[in-house]
Amino acid sequence: MSLQLPTYPQPDERGRFGRFGGRYVPETLIPALDELQAAYIEARNDPAFLNELERLLKDFVGRPSGLYLAQRLTEHAGGAKIYLKREDQNYTGAHKINNCLAQALLAKRMGKGRVIAETGAGQHGVASATAAALLGLECIVYMGAEDIRRQALNVFRMKLLGAEVREVTSGTSTLKDATNEAIRDWVTNVRDTFYILGSVVGPHPYPAMVRDFQSIIGEEVKVQHQALEGRPVPDAIVACVGGGSNAIGIFAPFAYLPEDQRPLLIGTEAAGEGVESGRHAASVAGGRIGVLHGAMMYLLNDDEGQIVPPHSISAGLDYPGIGPEHCLYSETGVAQYVPVTDAQALDALQLLTRLEGIIPALETAHAIHAAVNLARTMRPDQTVVVNLSGRGDKDVAEVMRLLDLGREQDAAPTPRTPEVHA
Amino acid sequence: MTATLTPTTPGAARIHAAFARAKQEGRAAFIPFMTAGYPTAQAFPAVADALLGQADILEVGIPYSDPLGDGPTIQRASEQALAGGTSTRHTLALVRELRSRHDTPIVIMTYVNPIYAVGPREFMRLAQEAGVDGLILPDLPPDQDLEIADLAAEHGMAVTFLIAPTSTPARVKLVAEACTGFLYAVSVTGVTGTREGSALNEVPAMLALARQHAKVPVAVGFGVKDAETAAQVAQVADGVVVGSAFINAVKAGQDVGALAASIRAGCKQN
Ligand SMILES: Cc1ncc(COP(=O)(O)O)c(C=O)c1O
Repeated sequence: MSLQLPTYPQPDERGRFGRFGGRYVPETLIPALDELQAAYIEARNDPAFLNELERLLKDFVGRPSGLYLAQRLTEHAGGAKIYLKREDQNYTGAHKINNCLAQALLAKRMGKGRVIAETGAGQHGVASATAAALLGLECIVYMGAEDIRRQALNVFRMKLLGAEVREVTSGTSTLKDATNEAIRDWVTNVRDTFYILGSVVGPHPYPAMVRDFQSIIGEEVKVQHQALEGRPVPDAIVACVGGGSNAIGIFAPFAYLPEDQRPLLIGTEAAGEGVESGRHAASVAGGRIGVLHGAMMYLLNDDEGQIVPPHSISAGLDYPGIGPEHCLYSETGVAQYVPVTDAQALDALQLLTRLEGIIPALETAHAIHAAVNLARTMRPDQTVVVNLSGRGDKDVAEVMRLLDLGREQDAAPTPRTPEVHA
Repeated sequence: MTATLTPTTPGAARIHAAFARAKQEGRAAFIPFMTAGYPTAQAFPAVADALLGQADILEVGIPYSDPLGDGPTIQRASEQALAGGTSTRHTLALVRELRSRHDTPIVIMTYVNPIYAVGPREFMRLAQEAGVDGLILPDLPPDQDLEIADLAAEHGMAVTFLIAPTSTPARVKLVAEACTGFLYAVSVTGVTGTREGSALNEVPAMLALARQHAKVPVAVGFGVKDAETAAQVAQVADGVVVGSAFINAVKAGQDVGALAASIRAGCKQN
């Protein structure tokens, strides 16, 4: 066995990352969270669990994913070398599968035959449905009605995989409401149900556990960067942040290095139509501290504590909060979080596609935009690693719709000054 | 049991007295719940008045956008109240108005985010000013925030935390000892709502455990919907909480006062 799950100094034993995190949930769930925490600690120390997880990550998911020098994108930016950590090469198309397989294995080990999940873009739902099919578990996925519309392909994939997709029409009909619904299901069926949470959010131990399962991304980067550049630590790392699981997966293995050895860590938040427009999902730039889905974090909420509906072009970033560990990184300056708009992401998606032949997910495109801007300010002997969190197959229909819309607007007849006849 | 209490705050004293009065009448305390601003901000006071005419304690919910512990009935009521402009501060203003007409203790049910957003100290100040006697905090296990209960006490109010059928003996002890108003025992694993055939068979064992530690009265809620289920609960509990049934009644245009009277009558202890 060679797979080890990393150990980090955060959170504390109460599940706090500084003042963030915790367990703000109905009392019904507290014993289940204690049970999960105990089962997770036992599993991560059990060679049988680690061996099985390692085997699946290698043979089923196809890990390690590549660290690929994007030559034409690097030339385009004209600065540091841009490397892409190819989570899009994973089976099912995104980083989500790393975490889902691990949690599904844990569910099976705990004797829970029914798993539930929430999904926004559908990637976590597909990954959960896939893991459930592989391990013979019953799977129910909660998804907002708006996201069901935006992500029809993934909805079909989940159904094909044997999962039941439950449409959520409360609130904004997006990811936050799907998460509420999944938690309510868990409160009701807690004795025989395992909740496969899809990001580094939710009550303790989820933010820590999901981070540990996703840390394989950053751990692989160390080895691959060493082989390619002769040193394990890149100069900068950029990743998009919805809840923050792909970003934590690539950040955490570097975030606890001493400050002078730490790479620049940049998380991109979905700024939608611009942070000042009020139509965005940028929780650090445009939110303030609050509690959602069991954890204290930066949150889009009004001055009376009602959650403000987020907006993003990408269903997977359309979440009003951000994982508690990211909140701590932001507060302590370990990482920076920058807003990227819908339009910038749409441009970056086309840029990467044209220059590298890789169609990224709309989520990932937010990171591409920031990475190009950053690389431009750096030296050619420096490196930027972008977490290519997922591929764009799921988004092509939505992108086609958005680009067609733009074209229609472009083509709209411009008012002409009437001709004056003499 | 309730007679030997030494309440810590005026709010706790009023809540305990309400339980004691009901007990003298051979009843479990009847604690109806209504979402503030439901069905509309204008119509809510009349609904609340009808409930207050029967209640030993009234529970008023701050409508919240993301209620983790609620089923569809209360969730939809919250959405409707929010759409009508009722949220945190407005709820406290509505309570203040009810207070001017009624002596019955009023407790606020709220998720923690509205408290944090307004600022815990400011929230408590506003609640005290409105005449709130206690707080029920469905997403705050007492060990998550040790300041909230202290702040409530500082402002004359009691706090109520919840236990569930899944609670271990250690959790029951921890939660029971933290409650200063009453202890709220959730009858089923689940969210609020009036499920068909929601069996209350886990309640007696849970209450026996709770009573070993609670120095305050113990009320039971979730799934109680009529005189019959109230009567079952009243055999083992000091209080009976009924919520979704009243929202359904308002929605159906039924006489809320009559339903409340019938459930209150069901709360008989023999
Ligand atoms: C491809 C891709 N990237 C990123 C995300 C955002 O999630 P997280 O911030 O947890 O990585 C998603 C979510 O669905 C996704 O599908």
